[in-house]
Amino acid sequence: MSMQDNIVIKQGRIIDPANNTDKVADLYVAGGKIIAIDTLPDGFKAEHTIDASDKIVMPGIVDICARLREPGLEYKGTIATETAAAVAGGITTVCVPPDTDPCIDTTAVAELINQRAQAANNCHVVTQAALTLGLQGEHLSEMAILKQQAKSVGVSNALKPLKNILVMRRAMEYAASCDMTIFLHAEDVGLANNGCAHEGAISTRLGLPAIPESAETAAVSRDLMLIEQTGVRAHFSHITSANALHMIIQAKQQGLPVSLDTSIHHFHLIDLDIGFFDSNCHVIPPLRSQRDKEGLLQGLSLNQIDAICSDHQPHCPDAKLAPFSATEPGISGLETLLPLSLRLVQDKHIDLPSMVQKLTIDPAKILGIDAGTLSIGKTADICIFNPATHWRVEPERFISSGHNTPFTDWELQGNVDYTLVAGQIAYQNL
Amino acid sequence: MKQTDIQFDNNGMLRHFLTIDGLKRKTLTEILDTAENFATVGTQQVKKVPLLRGKTIVNLFFESSTRTRTTFELAAKRLSADVLNINIDTSSTSKGESLLDMLRNLEAMHCDMFVVRHNLSGAAHFIANHVSPHISVINAGDGQHAHPTQAMLDMFTIRRHKQDFTKLRVAIVGDIMHSRVARSQIHALNTLGVPEVRAIAPNTLIPPGTDELGIHVYHDMEQGLKDVDVVMMLRLQRERMSGALLPSEHEYFNTYGITTEKLKLAKPDAILMHPGPINRGVEIESAVADGPQSVILEQVTNGIAVRMAIMSMVLGRQPSGDEQEGRNK
Repeated sequence: MSMQDNIVIKQGRIIDPANNTDKVADLYVAGGKIIAIDTLPDGFKAEHTIDASDKIVMPGIVDICARLREPGLEYKGTIATETAAAVAGGITTVCVPPDTDPCIDTTAVAELINQRAQAANNCHVVTQAALTLGLQGEHLSEMAILKQQAKSVGVSNALKPLKNILVMRRAMEYAASCDMTIFLHAEDVGLANNGCAHEGAISTRLGLPAIPESAETAAVSRDLMLIEQTGVRAHFSHITSANALHMIIQAKQQGLPVSLDTSIHHFHLIDLDIGFFDSNCHVIPPLRSQRDKEGLLQGLSLNQIDAICSDHQPHCPDAKLAPFSATEPGISGLETLLPLSLRLVQDKHIDLPSMVQKLTIDPAKILGIDAGTLSIGKTADICIFNPATHWRVEPERFISSGHNTPFTDWELQGNVDYTLVAGQIAYQNL
Repeated sequence: MKQTDIQFDNNGMLRHFLTIDGLKRKTLTEILDTAENFATVGTQQVKKVPLLRGKTIVNLFFESSTRTRTTFELAAKRLSADVLNINIDTSSTSKGESLLDMLRNLEAMHCDMFVVRHNLSGAAHFIANHVSPHISVINAGDGQHAHPTQAMLDMFTIRRHKQDFTKLRVAIVGDIMHSRVARSQIHALNTLGVPEVRAIAPNTLIPPGTDELGIHVYHDMEQGLKDVDVVMMLRLQRERMSGALLPSEHEYFNTYGITTEKLKLAKPDAILMHPGPINRGVEIESAVADGPQSVILEQVTNGIAVRMAIMSMVLGRQPSGDEQEGRNK
């Protein structure tokens, strides 16, 4: 199918929070763009008709944090395999953090990712530039050049917190002058003390090196002070504790240019789920307490959390086959992001349009990209899913190279039928 | 999400011995009763029983140990099993062969049991989850998680002196935070019905979540030792002096070391225990370690009987027929 194909999506429930749309209608795509909703455009002849009755038609998901592992860690996944998994999950744009190998501190690496993504032709891929050279936390990267030449959408030091706070201050000042958003992984290295599980009764019972909540809150509080001082636009990635959430919300109410996201698994799992050392529950930041999970869910229902992301980290099996603390952290999450978000709707923590908003237009705004809506004239990035389908999570059937998930055997509701990227059918559930 | 207890086979018999956490009082009592039967073997002229003849037991020690490994070896030999000792320097394995590859190699030599000590919490569970179905695993200490045979020999020693667990007040003194021994002791004492388990240490050595763990925290030896029946000292690792946990050995001994004076705060017939090796002058005064209330050497002797009991229960059981359930990957 070529870009020029005309597609009509018939009688789906169109949910487009950016335009306050929630109605059953036909949607027309031509030349890679959305050209009409409801009214048949003059002379439109569909090459392809998608029956979307009883289905939801929403903007393609914008995943604010997903690792594709290329370059450098191709044995865990490639841009081709992981973007194929993304579109199977209804995701049409992924934003990759800079911790590839080599990391995204030169335009060469960023452009390599852009080119491979284009060649894979599955979905849009945007990059976060490394905040510091080699993510070493010492010298600033050429972030202005990365932004201009490689279209990087922000800067971040990935999961490597800066040891020297002066460097953080300078980086924020410089990013602000480049008009770039800084993405922050809130972790105080000293307090985290190489831990691997949330500090509490569970880490005590299992004797696991623990990361206290204060590792997150202390970093958030320090970063908020610097954000206030430098005026940089900042986004807190994967916030996990109720207290950190409250601090960021308070700062936001005082007018600071901050936003935050939470990874989908932190809405569903807590430290107790580690059971007897289930390494699939080894994630950084760690699964927190029941109280934190409830706080995050409350924050979600109060519209305090701007975006939900997969925090996709595919691994080869070996990475998870060791005693808990020796395993690599992360979850392969692209293909469960939407159904696990729908579970939050089913459990009445959030309504469906608000959930769609946090997966589409809001993350697009945070990334500063023109995506996440079904506005007439915009690129046709569309996800069509059946909200009634039940399915069981079987990692061996994942399209992602990473089969590492703690959600194995979970019964989930909601299955992607079609994903359109720039007006092309990028995925079809056969 | 797996909640099934991998420590038991399909017939409900003990298949692996990894942690006391989750075991029933009945199981612990059975281990103690079985150990009573083995307690006399060591004093006989022929110190052997033929229970595990033809079985091969591998002591797989990724962390150095003299006493635990030796007592496991003696226990296995007194049960007539063949014993292989393998000491592995973890620093060399971490670079090359994975733990799983090493296990596959050992399995290929047709062993029946791995006795595992490892510096990482969860190592014994990991190995039990991945060994061939016919192999049993005994945890000889994993990271800061569990040391269940040590806890059982401690319970055995307590029972020999104090009969009824449900009337006891027990104090555990020292580095609870980093101690696998303490965690297993606490589970065992709670499971056996001890109504009051105290932990005495400064806040830096007390882990979070002690309420859920079932202990009462004291920061003061005078209050904490008052009227206790059993004093269980913990070893203080030298490396705890770095990293801002404690000011000095001198201050630690002064505040939390057990001395003749302090032991008088406990009941007059209180017993004093220590898992060894002891640091004289750091957590324990020599006069106390060698004194009349000390049962430290008894603990070592009892360790053999208790380990014989656990090994014989695990390896002596009837095969459950469907030993496949242990493998989940």
